[in-house]
Amino acid sequence: MNTATLRQTRRPKVNLAVIAPVVALVVLVLIGIAMNPNFLSFANVTNVLARSAFIGIIAIGMTFVITSGGLDLSVGSMAAFVAGLMILVMNLLTESMGGGLPVILIGIALALFAGLAAGFINGILITRAGIEAFILTLGTMGIYRSLVTWLADGGTLSLGYEMREMYRPVYYGGIMGISWPIIVFAALAILGEIVMRHTAFGRHCAAIGSNEKVARYSSVAVLRVRLMTYVMLGLLVGIAVVMYVPRLGSASATTGLLWELEAIAAVIIGGTLLKGGFGRVWGTVVGVLILSLIGNLLNLTDFVSPYLNGAIQGVVIILAVVLQRNTGTAR
Amino acid sequence: MTRPVLALEGVTKSFGPIEILHGVDFALHPGEVHALIGENGAGKSTTMKILAGYLDPTEGQVTFGGKPTRFAGSDEAEDLGIIMIHQEFNLAEHLSVDQNVFLGREIKRGPFLDHKAMRARTAALLSQLECRVDPATPVNQLSVPDKQMVEIAKALSRQARVLIMDEPTAVLTGRETEVLFRQIERLRAEGVAILYTSHKLGEVKRIADRVTVLRDGTMIRSDRTADVTEDDMAAAMVGRELSDLFPPKAGGGADAILEVEDVSVPGVVEDASLTLNKGEVLGIGGLVGSGRTELAEAIAGLRPRSGTVRLNGQDLPPNQVAQAMRAGLAYLTEDRKGAGLLLDKTLRENLTLPLLETFGRPLIDRGREEAALDRAIDDFAIRAPERGMKVGDMSGGNQQKLLLAKTLLPDPQVVIIDEPTRGIDIGTKQQIYTLIAKLAAEGRSIIVISSEMPELIGLAGRVIVMHAGRIAGELAGDAVTEGNIVRLAMGMDDQKDSAA
Ligand SMILES: Nc1ncnc2c1ncn2[C@@H]1O[C@H](COP(=O)(O)OP(=O)(O)OP(=O)(O)O)[C@@H](O)[C@H]1O
Ligand SMILES: [Mg+2]
Repeated sequence: MNTATLRQTRRPKVNLAVIAPVVALVVLVLIGIAMNPNFLSFANVTNVLARSAFIGIIAIGMTFVITSGGLDLSVGSMAAFVAGLMILVMNLLTESMGGGLPVILIGIALALFAGLAAGFINGILITRAGIEAFILTLGTMGIYRSLVTWLADGGTLSLGYEMREMYRPVYYGGIMGISWPIIVFAALAILGEIVMRHTAFGRHCAAIGSNEKVARYSSVAVLRVRLMTYVMLGLLVGIAVVMYVPRLGSASATTGLLWELEAIAAVIIGGTLLKGGFGRVWGTVVGVLILSLIGNLLNLTDFVSPYLNGAIQGVVIILAVVLQRNTGTAR
Repeated sequence: MTRPVLALEGVTKSFGPIEILHGVDFALHPGEVHALIGENGAGKSTTMKILAGYLDPTEGQVTFGGKPTRFAGSDEAEDLGIIMIHQEFNLAEHLSVDQNVFLGREIKRGPFLDHKAMRARTAALLSQLECRVDPATPVNQLSVPDKQMVEIAKALSRQARVLIMDEPTAVLTGRETEVLFRQIERLRAEGVAILYTSHKLGEVKRIADRVTVLRDGTMIRSDRTADVTEDDMAAAMVGRELSDLFPPKAGGGADAILEVEDVSVPGVVEDASLTLNKGEVLGIGGLVGSGRTELAEAIAGLRPRSGTVRLNGQDLPPNQVAQAMRAGLAYLTEDRKGAGLLLDKTLRENLTLPLLETFGRPLIDRGREEAALDRAIDDFAIRAPERGMKVGDMSGGNQQKLLLAKTLLPDPQVVIIDEPTRGIDIGTKQQIYTLIAKLAAEGRSIIVISSEMPELIGLAGRVIVMHAGRIAGELAGDAVTEGNIVRLAMGMDDQKDSAA
């Protein structure tokens, strides 16, 4: 009887699709070392990581949305809108309350809440009103982008000088030379990986993305889980904004432009299936690093023009998807 | 004897390190209906896929018309007239019936599709199959048996020299099976070679000229059907003599556990009422499309409905499947692939999906999941060559056993099983029947929906028959006979009892 063998065999196979992103990352790092001795310097590494953090934090949330078969195109504009709103309110409060720590705390709370609310609106309209995620978030993407342009009156919203100085350490400060965005990104990535792999919520996301009807028949609360993925993504957008605003202290119509595409690209490069059903957060982290390393390498060397950054990223994305498809249809 | 059209010579097939077929020799002759039988996972589907060019043999060869052939793919086999109907559906769910029938071989008029011609041809094929489906309907709106009829129509629309059918009747009721058999007889007379597999040995005995038995990837015997009995076949498949298929029926108590009153689902079920007693096995019969599945889904909280459902005196609200499950009611779907299992996930992930929360919170305890899988593998004799394999790669019957294990995992008091033994071999069938009897003996209550008459009659002490969305009548004790069920199912009985 086969059941005897069945008990012993645990799968030993090493899947190419699983390690491909890691290999790509290692290759990029080796190229970097070969091209520029400064590449592995502490300053450069922390710089790359800190810049990746915003997209990275958002991409973690995007991994859950895509794994459960959804999509959110609005995150970039949402980030700009939340940043604009935060700056506007903080400036107003500085006038009335005279600045200080409370204003910053209120600003942070507002950003987190606004992100959460925006994610909730996306989620509720997708799950309850049954609007296609692609269409709905295409719509909200335009709405938030236009709202921030309107708030800034076509220009730039800047945080008052005093507030900016006080808030700066949230981006530039840190522990032992590692800045807060990196620490927050790392912590959220670890948390995200655990949630995806070891909790019922993560398993339910994959089940819904794999076959929604099967999930429903297995008494998974399909609508609630999908709503939660959008709410979570919104909250992560809020966290990214909290880390981002102290960097430049301003927001404009071009803030967060194309972040949604970078986040989605990072998720896909990391091995999460665009059609849903399977996702991994650590892969997304690798994807984010690959994308920002490409940009960094082009800046450090004059071998290829940095203007070709987008083109190279595009090639990487296409390669990632081709790889996914080939391993998916193995006979 | 005629020369074989298609044959396997010493064919071996391995998936990774595991050898599934061991040196199989096998020949199909024109004008002959050949049945291939064997237990779940014996390798029937794999054999058929090799014959039809979907898989390559690892060793040995396929010969076509006596010449060794290596198909580059199923398209090439299809061009030679080798047509296969798969065990699982291969339909584009969002396309209409006619678009599916002509998928890849569209009729054209100049550069444009000739929609009218395709629709007319499809309508003609369907009427040949006595299937009343509008060719314009999207496939995802069809019932499971109707989908199967579309698959058959699709196969018939090709000029077949060899027709290979993997459990075509598993999802069909008696009437539809008859229709299919008439088509098979017609094709046989036209000289088509037909290979067919089924776990319904009665059918095999009736329609096949030759029967070959496969056990664990090895050919055991091949005989003219006239020379063997059903019992011979079963014994050869399983490798031992089988005792009675059905265990003795348990009576069931008198206390109602599930009360269903005036349940209606718009368009499919009208005012259905029934009572299920503790420890009872209740059967629901009826033709396909009579609303059996819809009624069950409405009771289980999977469909909007009106009317009341009470479990243990407690009201179950409509459309709340999680609540129904917590209250102790479980439903096993008839649509294994579409609603039952995640085909691209492993056994473990499928088994524990309905109640993941109980496997540790907030973090899932992998060890307990594995232990649950161990138990399921033992209790349900699930056979999979690899523990970590995707469920979609398991044989159909073993998928069904896993689905059963998954449904019973929450330890429900009331279980509604829709087609419990679809695609399951005779040895395992006996195990499942014993299991159902055991569940009932433990005080659980079971509703069995089945298109197989012997199953209803052998298992249920009481049978409710549905016709056109209504409960046409109820039979109990000695009145549970094939004749009575069929009469009610056809709506031939006067409607006295349902008028109440
Ligand atoms: N792609 C695959 N990868 C790994 N194992 C496979 C694959 N396809 C089939 N198998 C295994 O090969 C064995 C034979 O499967 P097959 O589907 O041919 O069985 P079967 O006789 O048709 O059974 P059933 O009556 O349940 O349909 C099974 O153990 C199955 O798990
Ligand atoms: Mg099979």
